[in-house]
Amino acid sequence: MVKSNHMERYEQFPHTADIGVRVYGKDMKELFENAAFAMFDIIADLQGIDAPITKNFTLDAPDHEQLLVVWLDELLYNFYTKSIIFSRFEVKELTDGCIKATASGRPVGENRNRLKTEIKAATYHGLKIEKTDSGYKVEIVFDI
Amino acid sequence: MTYKGIGMSMWQGELERIDAFRWRIPKGYKAGMRVDGVIYADEEMVKDIRSDRAPEQVANVAFLPGIVKHSLAMPDIHWGYGFPIGGVAATDIDSGGVVSPGGVGFDINCGVRLIKTNLKEGDVRPKLKDLVYALYNDIPAGVGSKGDIRISGAEERKLLVDGARWVVDHGYGRQEDLEYTEDHGAIKGADPDAVSARAYERGKNQSGTLGSGNHFIEVQAIDEIYEKETADIFGLEAGQVTIMIHSGSRGLGYQICDEYSKDMIQCLSKYGINVPDRQLASAPVNSPEGKAYLGAMKCAANYAWANRQCLMHLTRSAFEKVFNMGPKDLGMDLVYDVAHNIAKVERHTVDGKEKTLCVHRKGATRAFPPGHPELPARYRKTGQPVIIPGDMGRNSYLLTGTEGAKETFYSTCHGAGRLMSRSAAISACRGRSISRELETKGIMVMSSSRDTLAEEAPEAYKDVNEVVGVVDGAGISKRVCRMRPLGVIKG
Repeated sequence: MVKSNHMERYEQFPHTADIGVRVYGKDMKELFENAAFAMFDIIADLQGIDAPITKNFTLDAPDHEQLLVVWLDELLYNFYTKSIIFSRFEVKELTDGCIKATASGRPVGENRNRLKTEIKAATYHGLKIEKTDSGYKVEIVFDI
Repeated sequence: MTYKGIGMSMWQGELERIDAFRWRIPKGYKAGMRVDGVIYADEEMVKDIRSDRAPEQVANVAFLPGIVKHSLAMPDIHWGYGFPIGGVAATDIDSGGVVSPGGVGFDINCGVRLIKTNLKEGDVRPKLKDLVYALYNDIPAGVGSKGDIRISGAEERKLLVDGARWVVDHGYGRQEDLEYTEDHGAIKGADPDAVSARAYERGKNQSGTLGSGNHFIEVQAIDEIYEKETADIFGLEAGQVTIMIHSGSRGLGYQICDEYSKDMIQCLSKYGINVPDRQLASAPVNSPEGKAYLGAMKCAANYAWANRQCLMHLTRSAFEKVFNMGPKDLGMDLVYDVAHNIAKVERHTVDGKEKTLCVHRKGATRAFPPGHPELPARYRKTGQPVIIPGDMGRNSYLLTGTEGAKETFYSTCHGAGRLMSRSAAISACRGRSISRELETKGIMVMSSSRDTLAEEAPEAYKDVNEVVGVVDGAGISKRVCRMRPLGVIKG
């Protein structure tokens, strides 16, 4: 039932109404990058898509869990209003409550047929970043 | 935080049988519950209900400050985020009762409307293909779809206040459509200033778009009448063709829920609110944060009614084109339109006292009884029409509200309720063509996404007949008639 994706960056776990993902990262930065990748991998077919446009983001929130949702929802907002399919993410700085990152992608334009699933938002449901032997993991439920 | 990871394991908590249709989670189940949880289900359904985390969510909702009577769940209950889908909770506004954006959900005023026609199944069958193609062609659907109904910024603010009325006044419908829409298609107290620039931006150009996932337009035929007298008043009979439209507030509602959920996490410490899941973040209805959320939520609700009104207009036009008939001959009148993701301030009697409550319906439908003053005059005798879409292969229902629903703050179920996760449904449908399977049953479906058809396969849902059997059996609503799908457009 559990589907692995792209070298263990994340896997989907079954959720009755929505989509749940379990995301891994060797450090917190990678966890945030992989969470963003997981979200766009659900939204669109990212296989072979290039990423000529890069946007910078500086965001803050009271803690890491809230920051993760803020980061994902910021990218979603940009996807829906600027019509960019993001596929590459780089977290430059991540301190308590603040992230500086870039996301690169390609305009939806002629890639409309790559779109798969409409994600409404990342939720806070059961959200908890956990330390593991090899880094960090987090489970996120997306409302779709 | 008592929450230990998430996953689909059997729920082992206490569930006491009250009667054939009611089950109780005693408030002693978890420290912090203020009231019992009550789930409407029959013996068979309880096994499915235990298979995910939904009952735990019923218990979590019972933590909300000001909650009265019970944390309720309808028989279409399944695992959501924060509230379960199918959850109903009412808080006493004058005793610090809270409003929770998670108790409404991202798709604010997701809802459904039912339209009747003068056509019979025999009239539609020969032209079904043309009709489904026309609907698919004329109604924008799918991820991030944009509509043809373009609105300026100043007009958008008016639309958020006037809802479906704005749409009708601009030529997309008839005055009487408003009479047969919950709250006349515009809930009072919408505050456009409580809506962020980003929410406006996400909602722009999405009026008259269906969306994706479980949103749909379905052409159907009535195959069973249970209450002839009521059906006569609604103008419905066996064999008649009806149309159901299921959609919500699109990006505007998602952005509003997102922003206010985030803000309300800060309210938890500010107002000393203890909830076991951050998605239940909330604020007192009477606080500045609570008022701002409700002002914005009402804008999204009105946007959704405007959107369904636009979708109905596009549907009527497609029918006129395909059948080459005028509006009078087609007789495409709105039977009713209901919201099933919303919070409403309503007066209810609790323990013999009349109180002002904030009723959250998250995947649940308002179901006012006969005689209720908010019903249109024609429906005063019947009670409120309640529209229950099922899956695309089996049935849908029209019910009415009953006096028995007093115990649920006049609320009932909203659909079939999912049984399988989307990934499980896709696995189960691998190598099969859902559209071909449905075609052999005489149902034509079209979707912009092949995955959507698998995710929405009939077997991924509970049998709506059983769900409706429970609400009818428990006396919280009454069956009027049943429909069967002919053609379906999915997002």
